[in-house]
Amino acid sequence: MKMFIDRKARLIEVQSWGDYFLFKLESPEIAKLASPGQFLMIKVSETTSPLLRRPLSLHNVDGSRLEIFFQIAGVGTHLLSLKKPGDQLDLLGPLGHGFSLKPEFKEEEIFCVGGGRGIAPLYYLANQLAKIGVHPVIFYGGRSAADLPLKNKLESTGWEVLVSTDDGSLGFKGLVTSLVEKELKTRKPAFLFACGPDPMLEKLAEICLQKNLAAEFSLEARMGCGFGACWGCVKKIRRNGEEKYLKVCQDGPVFSRDEIIWEETKNG
Amino acid sequence: MVDLSVDLGFLRLKNPVLAASGTFGYGLEFKPFYDLELLGGFVVKGLYLKPREGNKPPRLVETPSGLINSIGLQGIGVEAFCKEILPDLAELKTAIIVNVCGEEEEEYALVAEYLSRNKGIAALELNISCPNVREGGKCPAQDPEATYRTVKKVKQATSLPLITKLSPNVTDITAVALAAVEAGSQAISLINTLLAMAVDLETRKPKLGNVMGGLSGPAIKPIALRMVFQVARAVKIPLIGMGGIFSAEDALEFMMAGASAVQVGTANFVDPNACLKIIKGLEIWAEKNKVKKISEITGSLEA
Repeated sequence: MKMFIDRKARLIEVQSWGDYFLFKLESPEIAKLASPGQFLMIKVSETTSPLLRRPLSLHNVDGSRLEIFFQIAGVGTHLLSLKKPGDQLDLLGPLGHGFSLKPEFKEEEIFCVGGGRGIAPLYYLANQLAKIGVHPVIFYGGRSAADLPLKNKLESTGWEVLVSTDDGSLGFKGLVTSLVEKELKTRKPAFLFACGPDPMLEKLAEICLQKNLAAEFSLEARMGCGFGACWGCVKKIRRNGEEKYLKVCQDGPVFSRDEIIWEETKNG
Repeated sequence: MVDLSVDLGFLRLKNPVLAASGTFGYGLEFKPFYDLELLGGFVVKGLYLKPREGNKPPRLVETPSGLINSIGLQGIGVEAFCKEILPDLAELKTAIIVNVCGEEEEEYALVAEYLSRNKGIAALELNISCPNVREGGKCPAQDPEATYRTVKKVKQATSLPLITKLSPNVTDITAVALAAVEAGSQAISLINTLLAMAVDLETRKPKLGNVMGGLSGPAIKPIALRMVFQVARAVKIPLIGMGGIFSAEDALEFMMAGASAVQVGTANFVDPNACLKIIKGLEIWAEKNKVKKISEITGSLEA
């Protein structure tokens, strides 16, 4: 797997909505190698606290530019949010095993389900799907309207975008998984991709199993290194007839829905 | 031109910087970043006889300037290592050191014996100090007698040079170091991680799946340095110092305190090129300070 350390990735543009941030970064080498579902390890501090880089999925790649979309979730992402256009960031990437863009996907509907900040990698994915003639249907769920800052950006692409909020402040009132369930009563997508909180993914796995719908999920995990050296980010995965701890950073972050062992993953 | 080479007696290193076990995978993980032959050497992840599942996640918690891990030595086992990985490593012109683990003394000896039958290994590092594999963080390195017995048993099973890796979770580390020397260890590496934990206030649960783990990173450097200093005064065999080394300056402090070489661990996660930067930094420092041979620094602390 080819990867780069780009210590001088220039931050070109910053957009923000409350706790949510979108960065555009100039990083030609990483951009050249990246594919949807892959991620970056980003250094957030010049000092030793916080010590580790932060894993952030690629939200889009456009020419030599990378985009990341994140929510402040702790001290690391807080420090990252303070960066200003013109600053140089230290990136490691592209990392991990991304979404499968299967050759048999053609002019079909594919569901892309994002919960909160989990929408991040799906924009990049949907872009690539659209390029090969697939019709991405974006499901974008959050607690309330303020958690759906990318709604307009997604809608401007011309894709079908279905939004849900737990409090009903925007779109369907309820969990995004209920919205997916509702749509599946009348539609037959060829595949489902998702990223979001574990309970959301677990519920989707159950729904997909009932409907016999193939799916891939991008998992989130605390990571030490991001490239397979520390074995710190593992999840219990069923693969080739065996159940074992696989690395989210290297074997994932994208796993097939039937590989993930939820009883173990939820607490991990 | 600075001479960065160091001689451990049983092994000559082109420079004093080794990548530490558990932070460098089986070595090949770092191949995309740089030429591994630039290293003094590296210590591959700890091996048991059989593949090992490792501990329940979460396995990592970040703390101020530190990292607590409870990986639990997940790994492929000695047989798969020798068949699938070692042939690639053996071709490298750098010191390949293998970290040896065991549930009991017998297993350490069997792993060492298995490794001895293969080419390309420069030395074994006996991991008698992992805090993540036994109940309550216990390990042989917490007891001089258990240390003596384990080292002795392995010594009888292999002719490869032995480096014994010590635990900081002890009352008197010099007593354990002396036991390792008496049993025939040719070098000592120290320190392994400090037994530690972190609490999640919201869930009122430990942040690690395995409850306790081992603390590494810059947070532990002063303790590691003190222990290297103490052991250097107690034994005559070479020491390999480690614990929070993130820069050439850190490495030099360990050497002044008595280490002949150093290992770089957690820094590899933050910057995959950390070892290279430290090697370069040692060269620059030596030139600036008119030190012709880096080995002269070892034990040069005036205390």
